[in-house]
Amino acid sequence: MVSSGETLRRTPLYAAHVAAGAKLVPFGGWEMPVQYRGILEEHHSVRQRVGLFDISHMGEFIVTGSNRLNQLFTNDLRKLAVGQGHYTLLCNAAGGVVDDLIAYRIEADKFLLVVNASNIAKDRAWLEQQGVTVDDQSDRTAALALQGPLAKKFLENSAALPSFNIERESVFGCLCWVARTGYTGEDGFEILCASADAEELWNEFLEFGAEFGIMPCGLGARDTLRLEACLPLHGNDLTEQTTPLEAGLKRFVALDKGEFIGRTAMNEKGVARKLVAFKMAPGKCPPPRSHYLIRAGGRPVGEVTSGTQSPTLHCGIGLGYVETVSAEVGMPIEIEVRGKLFPATIEKKPLYKRGQ
Amino acid sequence: MSVPQNLRYAKSHEWVRVEGDTAVVGITDHAQHELTDIVYVELPAVGDRVEAGKECAVVESVKAASDIYAPVSGDVVAINDELTSAPELVNQDPFGKGWMFKIKVSDPAEVNDMLSPSDYAHHIGA
Repeated sequence: MVSSGETLRRTPLYAAHVAAGAKLVPFGGWEMPVQYRGILEEHHSVRQRVGLFDISHMGEFIVTGSNRLNQLFTNDLRKLAVGQGHYTLLCNAAGGVVDDLIAYRIEADKFLLVVNASNIAKDRAWLEQQGVTVDDQSDRTAALALQGPLAKKFLENSAALPSFNIERESVFGCLCWVARTGYTGEDGFEILCASADAEELWNEFLEFGAEFGIMPCGLGARDTLRLEACLPLHGNDLTEQTTPLEAGLKRFVALDKGEFIGRTAMNEKGVARKLVAFKMAPGKCPPPRSHYLIRAGGRPVGEVTSGTQSPTLHCGIGLGYVETVSAEVGMPIEIEVRGKLFPATIEKKPLYKRGQ
Repeated sequence: MSVPQNLRYAKSHEWVRVEGDTAVVGITDHAQHELTDIVYVELPAVGDRVEAGKECAVVESVKAASDIYAPVSGDVVAINDELTSAPELVNQDPFGKGWMFKIKVSDPAEVNDMLSPSDYAHHIGA
């Protein structure tokens, strides 16, 4: 939490959030909407129709030099053609996760990195320390996420854009980067624009989407949506003390591409614990929360890193690190809540997959 | 925000309705609005002795768990079992079907010490 003396930053959409009746909370140094009409309603609007998020707090860096960059990221930048992006991680020498991010190749040797809000300064310092020149565009860039099965109706010019691709596109007359990405488990777009254009775009999307039942959505729904889709949150599910291999992110770690920071350490460390997804038993169980103890066979085997009540699955769900021998899909576990044990089961990730 | 006139209030946003020697307890409209979508309620057991100002129940929204404090001391003589399967009643009808538990009041003076409706309305800035 941010101490009361610290000034919270506001996105260019702050006034629009206040006007829409948002409940604002501190998040990663920013004053952000946690909800407008209600987390459950907003959650369902994204699963069933479409929702609009302000993600302007996220950071945007432009960097060059693919050879050096490829020694810093876990994924292999050489796999990206111009216009393609992928999920990747920045690790420290111990194999711990400094941040998770999306890297897009926007020119032959130029990359756009979209990083977590609370890690902007840290990532920038880390990259610069490794000899990378960072053009930090975060302060003059706003970002909106349009998510849900109807999102493609809003951006007809980008309706055929493949997943994790990005293109320069005019949206309601504003020049934007439009990417086919998101953090909800649904189809959708993340749209980066100049800060000065943010409010106009926000209002145009809401107006255009009225007939589709669009809702502005806050961080509360963003969290329940990403957790159902088992998308990790840095600071909770990924930290500088956990490796991508422990987090089950091996497919984003190109162990065969040559040396990169953290590679040796994460390999040597191995996977003594795994980030698992679990569901609480049907019936009445309290929602799991981060730091709750996970037990199996009468002893502690791990800890919850994220948890909530799933609006789609109607039960408690969570992610947590569990020692590998107790981390098989289907294994029964117990979650300790205020001194009482509640049954849960380790499940296959993701807990929610669209179209199922 | 609704603040019914026939109730007494705690600064921690519980309400009490006195029925003879029993106090019916719930949380206020203001509290349910601040907590947002309630998805789980953990109540004391019938027979538990609760103490004024001490936590004795928990409500959980999608986002967080919050303690509920006993507004007066005494023995729990009834709980609202319906909240187990329908915790959303606390949001929908906080002063009615969303009641939480009943306490056999051990010291009636504690009820008199609670906030009046107008004092509570002032407390929440209504």
